[in-house]
Amino acid sequence: MIKIAVASGKGGTGKTFVSTNIYHVLRRNNYNATLVDCDAEAPDSSAFFRTELLKTSDVTQLVPVINKDSCTFCGKCHEYCNYNAIFILPPARVINVMEDLCHGCGACSVACSYGAITENPVSLGQVNIFSTDNGSELIEARMNIGVMSPVPVIKAAIRQVNNHTDIAILDSPPGTSCPFIQTVARADFVILVTEPTPFGLSDLMQSVETLDTMTKPYGVIINRAGLGNNEVLKYLQAKNIPLLMEIPFNKKIAISCSAGEIVSDSDTDFAGKLLSMVRNIISNYGDSNNQR
Amino acid sequence: MEIAIISGKGGTGKSSISAAFATLDGNVVLADCDVDAANLFLLFNPSTEEEEVYVAGHKAVINYSLCTGCGYCIDFCRFDAISSNNDMVVVSEVSCDGCFLCSHVCPEKAIDMIPNNKSRMYSGSFRNGKMVFGRLAPGEENSGKLVNMVRNKARKISEENGLEIIILDGPPGIGCPVISTITGVDRVVIITEPTISGLLDLQRAVGVSRKFNLPVYIIVNKFDLNFSMTLEIEKWCRNNGLVSAGRLGFDERMVTSMVMGKSIIEFDDNLEISKGIRKIWNRILN
Repeated sequence: MIKIAVASGKGGTGKTFVSTNIYHVLRRNNYNATLVDCDAEAPDSSAFFRTELLKTSDVTQLVPVINKDSCTFCGKCHEYCNYNAIFILPPARVINVMEDLCHGCGACSVACSYGAITENPVSLGQVNIFSTDNGSELIEARMNIGVMSPVPVIKAAIRQVNNHTDIAILDSPPGTSCPFIQTVARADFVILVTEPTPFGLSDLMQSVETLDTMTKPYGVIINRAGLGNNEVLKYLQAKNIPLLMEIPFNKKIAISCSAGEIVSDSDTDFAGKLLSMVRNIISNYGDSNNQR
Repeated sequence: MEIAIISGKGGTGKSSISAAFATLDGNVVLADCDVDAANLFLLFNPSTEEEEVYVAGHKAVINYSLCTGCGYCIDFCRFDAISSNNDMVVVSEVSCDGCFLCSHVCPEKAIDMIPNNKSRMYSGSFRNGKMVFGRLAPGEENSGKLVNMVRNKARKISEENGLEIIILDGPPGIGCPVISTITGVDRVVIITEPTISGLLDLQRAVGVSRKFNLPVYIIVNKFDLNFSMTLEIEKWCRNNGLVSAGRLGFDERMVTSMVMGKSIIEFDDNLEISKGIRKIWNRILN
């Protein structure tokens, strides 16, 4: 199996556009492909396909519950908690857990010598597994509204990729912080999607810096080529970063995409380019460190 | 008055529209709360008057002169960040959440917790007032704390300089950094686009804003790319009691102006889109 992440520093450069189209083209060419929508704060991939929900699983995190009868208000749990999730006022015999701040690390349970802390699961979101028309899977990470971090839901979704998959496409969340890292860390190759604007370039440079420190192989797709300027292209040449593809700006593409259409379904030229790009990635980076 | 610009979906035009709002009238405080992909400084090239370090959590580092390789810490770590490789205990920097538990339980006190201190907050002046922005070092946790720091600074600057309007350019998504951007603001402006993803992400952004009982204004950007979708979004807004602040058409000059380092207002105040932005701004301010 090869896992290919589709990512970008800047939001709205076309990650979902690229990943849904790659997935579609692979399915059409009889690859056993799985699309994993890791953008748990804004999961939209499933809207582009006819899907049937196969399975939903809840993703939970343990949060402490403090039994005030056994608690001696010694404050050790508060001291152990690095997320300031335990509020304590010993003289007033007040101790509260701020669930929003809790990361579920379990340090408080370890700290408590009086057996006053138990842990209860709370829901962070869901992993939904859909089947799309030819039987391949689409796995969606969906974080609940009001939850702080999408990371546990993203990890759970990637774990659901089944072993029969040849190619898993990970549609990554934007940015270069934890949610991005947790997605690309699990990929064999990263496709960075950018746009030829100053904002696109600045965010691309940050993504490149991050992937370099992780020693992840990557290449770049310039989406909406023709808008903006040539600075992204110059940067790629100067840094010797592979340009995987340029997708010209085309109002027709934008319009058909806005209606939830998969452009590669009717545009055979685009479909062919995507397929040969992915085949190239597979022949260079696939199966070498087979994780089947 | 604090006005936060968010979107749910990325790339709908938050920063370009925030930049336009910031250059309409008198001076403002402009705060870039998208600390994970800060961009407004590229347009406005602000002076750096102050720079502050932001500590974004910690990472566990094993001191191998003390570590006996017992592996006791491995079972305690809930982030699967510690493993044993040929009797050598190793921490995965990517997975470590910085909770300190391993350092507490280690019988040899062989685990040090090193602060992540590469993130920064900058503040200074730009041509239309004062600017504050955070830059999270790549890979660090975007917990919203840096956003809070940016907002506190922006409020302080606003008081000190008598600048009444604070514009907060928010991050995409609905997680902690977004929540930190919108809690307690006077107005939330949600910018969407007429696409399926735009509508779905708008709904989630509205959901999170409602959780905090904030007054929401909706802008449909690039509305003419798919007019029927625009109507659908506006209908959804009406049915849900939301105020539409207006529509903006697709205009390639938004990109041209950005390449030139200008907001669309600075580029040409008389364009239809510039006039549209002004009208929307007045509606938001009442």
